[in-house]
Amino acid sequence: MDARNVIGALSAPGAGPPPPALTAPSPRYGEKVIKGLLALCALLSVLTTTAIVVSLLAPTVSFFAEVSLPDFLFGTKWAPSFTPSSFGVLPLVVGTLSTSLYGMLVAVPVGLLSAIYLSEYAPPRVRKTVKPIIEILAGIPTVAIGVFALIFLSPTLAEVFPFLVNIPPFSAGIAGLAIGLMIVPIIASISDDAMRAVPRSLREGAYGLGATKMKVALRVVFPAAISGIVASIVLAASRAVGETMVVLLVAGSSPNLTFDPGSSVQTMTAFIGTTATGDISPGTVKYDTIFAVGTLLFVMTLVMNMFAIRLVRKYREVYE
Amino acid sequence: MSTIDPRLPGAQRTRLAAAGARSVTASLTDGRGRDKVTGQIFYALLLLAIAFALAGLCAIVVQAFVKGSPALSLSLFTDAPSSSAERAGFRPALMGTLYLILGVIVLVVPLGIGAAVYLEEYADKTRWWNRLVELNIQNLAGVPSIIYGILGLAFIVRGPLDLGFILAAGSLTLGLLVLPTVILAAREAIRAVPPSIREGSLALGATQWQTIRRQVLPASIPGIITGVILAISRAIGETAPLLLVGAATFVTFDPTFLGSDGYSALPVQIFNYATRPQDEFRVLASAGVIVMLVVLLAMNAFAVWLRNRYEQQW
Amino acid sequence: MTDPDVRADHDAIEEAVTPGANGLSQRIVAEQHAERQAGADKVFEIEDVAVAYSGQPAVKNVSFPIYKHDITALIGPSGCGKSTLLRCLNRMNDLIPGAAVSGSLRYHGQDLYGPKVDPVQVRKLVGMVFQKPNPFPKSIFDNIAFGPRVLGMKGDMDEIVERALRRGALWDEVKDRLKENAFGMSGGQQQRLCIARALAIEPDTILMDEPCSALDPISTHKIEDLMLELKQDYSIVIVTHNMQQAARISDRTAFFTVDVDEGERHRTGRVVEYDSTDKIFQNPADPRTEAYVTGKVG
Repeated sequence: MDARNVIGALSAPGAGPPPPALTAPSPRYGEKVIKGLLALCALLSVLTTTAIVVSLLAPTVSFFAEVSLPDFLFGTKWAPSFTPSSFGVLPLVVGTLSTSLYGMLVAVPVGLLSAIYLSEYAPPRVRKTVKPIIEILAGIPTVAIGVFALIFLSPTLAEVFPFLVNIPPFSAGIAGLAIGLMIVPIIASISDDAMRAVPRSLREGAYGLGATKMKVALRVVFPAAISGIVASIVLAASRAVGETMVVLLVAGSSPNLTFDPGSSVQTMTAFIGTTATGDISPGTVKYDTIFAVGTLLFVMTLVMNMFAIRLVRKYREVYE
Repeated sequence: MSTIDPRLPGAQRTRLAAAGARSVTASLTDGRGRDKVTGQIFYALLLLAIAFALAGLCAIVVQAFVKGSPALSLSLFTDAPSSSAERAGFRPALMGTLYLILGVIVLVVPLGIGAAVYLEEYADKTRWWNRLVELNIQNLAGVPSIIYGILGLAFIVRGPLDLGFILAAGSLTLGLLVLPTVILAAREAIRAVPPSIREGSLALGATQWQTIRRQVLPASIPGIITGVILAISRAIGETAPLLLVGAATFVTFDPTFLGSDGYSALPVQIFNYATRPQDEFRVLASAGVIVMLVVLLAMNAFAVWLRNRYEQQW
Repeated sequence: MTDPDVRADHDAIEEAVTPGANGLSQRIVAEQHAERQAGADKVFEIEDVAVAYSGQPAVKNVSFPIYKHDITALIGPSGCGKSTLLRCLNRMNDLIPGAAVSGSLRYHGQDLYGPKVDPVQVRKLVGMVFQKPNPFPKSIFDNIAFGPRVLGMKGDMDEIVERALRRGALWDEVKDRLKENAFGMSGGQQQRLCIARALAIEPDTILMDEPCSALDPISTHKIEDLMLELKQDYSIVIVTHNMQQAARISDRTAFFTVDVDEGERHRTGRVVEYDSTDKIFQNPADPRTEAYVTGKVG
């Protein structure tokens, strides 16, 4: 018996167990159904935007069947309920711009300086307490801020700065001040995040060259974080433009075409709020004015938001 | 960033580079003494700014308490609106807000989490339609709240859904308003779960949904709940959209979800009381603000506690 | 056993298997080795496999078998596709969008990438342990029990968990604290937990992607001992940067290298040599292999 054969016989593998199955035991429909349901949830967000656009569109179109676009956009008298009625939206736009402008005048310096303080100067313990407190400010409902402006700010400031309140209690300037206070957290928080995202090495390089803290903050960190900072300002402006309750309570309801901080104005949002809760019937031009002004408001804030989103993406990309 | 033109001869480039470095250094390091004073002035400005912001916040809260505390009593919670300030209260408004919020929770929690799970776990991020959905959500978060009111008026109260001016319509409107917030917060929470956990689960032969249901979601629940609480906080304070979808200001009875007799909400009632000429109503309005602020503070404190206690440290 | 035939066989076998100056026995051993190779159970047959991510080839021309109850080591410099190939063996590359696998990959004779093959099923049979230990944020018990639970394995969960922990050489250390969170364990323990977790679903192969690179030497040693124990019941494929580790524990080794394309834009991995570990480390056929294993090239 040849040794080779013996060994060969000893080591030859026998027929082993059958190979394990690699196919799925069941078609797993459940997985597919779940994925579909979840996709539907996400789709709802697109549907919401579509619904907004659609709900604004039809009455706006029917509005512009009655009122010409130039009359609307460039007319200076807004009197939809009067006879003869006038549909120049400029007073409303100026009302919005005026209150928002005063708001930004307050919020931008306060917000940016606060952000610089939080990001570059504040010791960690202070920052840990102060930043959340400022963010609480962001959570205060706008009606509370409006009530504050109406009950406290307006009478108090009317005594000290009578030019601010021509017809008490309404004042575009005071509404602006209240709006400004409201949007400070947006600017402060996002700008602070943007500045903190700037790498330490940039600051250390400047300190190494002998720069002072202020110089580093203003000449190195601030420019490096500029896209985030601008994004925060644009977002804040968008919020100011879209604000309703504060202006309803303090800015007034007379569509005066003026930037005078002391006069009463009506913003686009205030007009929508007042008219929609008033006595109007669907299908009339008066009803459609709500949607026409709404469309204008939507477009304005859409443009601002898109711009801000782009900027935020840009600043996030740079350091990630 | 601009660079020195590489086509210039070497020596000139060096000279330009040195001059550039010198000017930057100079701009960063000029005169010492002057610096100290400007630095201090600057620091003072910074402190002023922060103080202004904090003072503004305190003023709002303190003023509400000062003005409104006389009216703080149990009757605030049990009385209905009335033309006499003495007998007026917030009961229907509080109940309305409660019901509205319940409706919002029922709507946004499943939809928000579902959308977030889809976008984070299933969607192929390179596909354009998924990017469109993302963009949509980011954009919706910035749309003014009154536009949602218009949406509610045209679509939910009238239009396709035609529900009429009922509380459910208000819930739906507010729900759509805060849905982007919930989605964004839920996505953050889900994203915080490291990929290694998913890989570990999948490598054991779990399916994608099993991995999500048993690993990803449980780990992100604290963050999701925090997001839901934030969304609810926002919904509680929103007034403008509700004005457009029928929240009335003189509702004297308790609301129901589908009843067509009208409903109210806390911020709407506050708004109404604040616009009345009599000072007693302003006191009432401030009292309402106190109630609202206390509720919001409690909710946010709860959210912070929740996050600190249960947040997963990876 | 006094039958002369049997005794003759016995002597013949003894003579044949005893290595010696006898040229015949050596030749027989060599032939026997070759026969066993040809007929032995292969877990994987990898033929001309290539992997590309979004069109960029990551590794190509990979052809070698993985034998049962072997520890097969994949070694080579960084970026030469070892992990990429490893992840093909349990279809984990499916998770990377844009990943495309070509060539023939057979698992127990079946095409691993066949049209009806379910990746989830594959992963039940081919387990994986990752470079950085990744225990779940649950108790030790729930970590181990997770696999059996989602797979619907029948049996007493306590027993299943204990069996897995014993096989993973972890039972004695944790038996009194099964309900504690896995994050409280040391790095080495966590990795052994991950190994035990993979064992709990009763795979037949375990893939390990640099399992010890994040661990201290003592834990590494424990895990290497564990691998030598485990190979009696499982087949193991390990990617490792640690050549000494490969030399210590593996039976066969595949040496990978990377081709850098013109303009240095493309880095594509390939297998240079595959053979028994002894041969690779003591008498490699390819000069590149020799350069790597002797440390001339990193």
